[in-house]
Amino acid sequence: MEYLDFELPIKELQEQYTKACLIGEESDVDVSNTCKQIEKKLKETKKEIYKNLTPWQRVQLSRHPDRPYTMDYINAICGDSFLELHGDRNFKDDKAMVGGLGKIGDQSFMFVGQQKGYNTKTRQFRNFGMANPEGYRKALRLMKSAEKFKVPVVCFVDTPGAFPGLEAEERGQGEAIARNILEMTRLKVPIIVVIIGEGASGGALGIGVGDKVLMLENTWYSVISPESCSSILWRSWEFKEQAAEALKLTATDMKKLKLIDEIVKEPLGGAHSDREKTFTTIAGAIEKYYADLKMLSPTDLVKNRMKKYLEMGEFKG
Amino acid sequence: MPWFKRTKKGIQTPTEEKKDVPKGLWYKSPTGKIVDSEELEKNFYVSPEDGYHVRIGSKEYFEILFDDNKFKELDKNLTSQDTLKFEDKKKYTDRLKEAQDKTGLKDAIRCAVGKSMGADLVVACMDFSFIGGSMGSVVGEKIARAADYSLKKKIPLLIISKSGGARMMEAALSLMQLAKTSVKLAQLSDAGIPYISLCTDPTTGGTTASFAMLGDINISEPGALIGFAGPRVVRDTTGKELPEGFQTAEFVLEHGFLDFITHRRDLKRKINLYLDLVLNRPLREKTA
Repeated sequence: MEYLDFELPIKELQEQYTKACLIGEESDVDVSNTCKQIEKKLKETKKEIYKNLTPWQRVQLSRHPDRPYTMDYINAICGDSFLELHGDRNFKDDKAMVGGLGKIGDQSFMFVGQQKGYNTKTRQFRNFGMANPEGYRKALRLMKSAEKFKVPVVCFVDTPGAFPGLEAEERGQGEAIARNILEMTRLKVPIIVVIIGEGASGGALGIGVGDKVLMLENTWYSVISPESCSSILWRSWEFKEQAAEALKLTATDMKKLKLIDEIVKEPLGGAHSDREKTFTTIAGAIEKYYADLKMLSPTDLVKNRMKKYLEMGEFKG
Repeated sequence: MPWFKRTKKGIQTPTEEKKDVPKGLWYKSPTGKIVDSEELEKNFYVSPEDGYHVRIGSKEYFEILFDDNKFKELDKNLTSQDTLKFEDKKKYTDRLKEAQDKTGLKDAIRCAVGKSMGADLVVACMDFSFIGGSMGSVVGEKIARAADYSLKKKIPLLIISKSGGARMMEAALSLMQLAKTSVKLAQLSDAGIPYISLCTDPTTGGTTASFAMLGDINISEPGALIGFAGPRVVRDTTGKELPEGFQTAEFVLEHGFLDFITHRRDLKRKINLYLDLVLNRPLREKTA
C-alpha cells in the first residue's frame, strides 16, 4: 500500500495498530483495549482527512498508483464475457486506448477507455494512457460499430492528455479528437461516460461526450492539468495547488457547473482502498442509467444530448 | 585619428528616450523585408517581396471577404462572464477588461453575414489579439449561433480560426465549447449546408481539436502554424529536434488534413468557387 503525503498520519496509525496487535499476539499482555483505541483513532483520522480533501489532494488521489484502471473495471464488471477488439483499420493498434464488447447482466455494452500501466514496463507499453490519433480512431470505429448493432457505449476516461508527439501531429491528433467529438454528439445509441481518474482536456473529451457523464469522487476533469496551468499562467511549476483550486476541476465543482451529470461516491480512502466495492458501484451506476436511457428513442436521445451540450457556457448579453 | 571619440562607454540612452519610426508607417516581415503599410494593405496584408502573410483580424478579413465591406454583425454584444472567479497572477476580469480596452473588441471572435461575390455568406472570424484568440464560452456561443443562423437561413458558413486554443481562465467551461460547437456543425452537416474551415496562423489546441478540422473543406494560408500540441510542447515531450517546416500549413497539407493552401489575394474567389461547385450552381464572375 502506497501512501500520499497527506495520508502519512494514517500510515503512522496503521503501523502503530499493527505493532500493538503483534505485541498482543507474541506476549500475554492484554492490548485489546489499546488496539481498539488505535482502531477508533484510525477511523476518525481517515474520515477527517478524506472528508476535507483539497482539489490538489484529489488530483493526487486520481493518480494514485494503486487506483483501478480501465481494464480492471471491465474485467471485474464483465468477467469472462469481455472480448477485446483491436485496431483502427488504418494505421495500428493503440495500446493506450482499449476497447471491446462485454456483458453486464444480460445486456451487451461496447467499452472504450484509456489504459495506463502498472509498472515502468507496462506504463511505457500503454504510453502512460496518452493515446495517439489511431487510438481515437479505434475508439470511433468501435462506437460506430456499436451504433450499427444498437449496442450502448460505455467510455472510461483516464488520461493525462492526448499524446503530444511528432508522429501524433503528422497523423492529425487534432482532427482525430475533433471527429470523435462531433460523431459522439450524434451517435444513435446511449453513451455513458465515467471519469475514473484523470480527465485532461481534449484527450479526455475525445471519448467523453455522452448522455450521462459520471465522475468518481476523487477524479479531476478540466481543460489543462494543474501543473501545466501553473507553468503557463504563473510561469512556474510551483503553483499547482493554486491552479488546481482555480480550475474548479473536482467532481463537486463540475457538477455544480452542470458540466457533468452525476458524482459517484468512492469508498473511504479512495477507489483503490476497496476495489471490489468500487467495481460494484460502477456496474450498478451503468445499469441504472442505461435503464433510463434505453427508454428513449434514438431521435430523442440525440436531441437531448445535443441540447445538453448547447447549454454549456456562461456569458453575458 | 578617429572621426568620433566615444566619451562614455556603453549605450546610455534609456529605452523610453530611444528614437523610433512612428508605429504603423512600416511593416517588417520575419525575413527582414520592409513594407510600406499602405502598400501592405493594398496587397491583402501580404508582404509583396517574400509573400509573408501578416496576422490580421476580423476587421481585415471582413474587408477582404464581404463585397464593399458591407455586412451585418451577429450577436456583437456577447461578453465573457467570470463564473469561476478565476485568478492567477491577475484576475480574469482584469485580463478581460485590459484586452477589451487594448483591442476595442468584446471577445476573441466576431461573426457577420453579408454578400461575398454577390451571394450570402456567414463568416465567424477569430481575433488573435484578444487573449491569444482563446476560446471560452463567448467564442463557443457565438460560433454556435452563427452556425444556427447558417442552418436557419441555409447560408454557407466560413469559420476563420486564429487561436492558441481553449481559454484556461474558463477551465472546463471552455473545454465543453469543443462539444458545443461540434453539435451545431453536426446539425449543419446533416442539413447539407457547406462549412468551410480556414485555418490561419496560428490554429492550435482546442480549436484544432474541434471546428478547425471539421470543415467540408479545411483550407489555409501559406506558412500558417497548425497543430494540436504547440511546437514547444512537442519538443519538450519527445526530446527530439523538430523537422523544418513542422506544423506549417504545407506540412499539414502534405499529411492530408488540408484541401488546399491559398494566397490571401485569391481567398475570396476560391471560397466562392468551391461553393458554386459543391452546390452545383452557375459559376459567378470574378468580382473580388
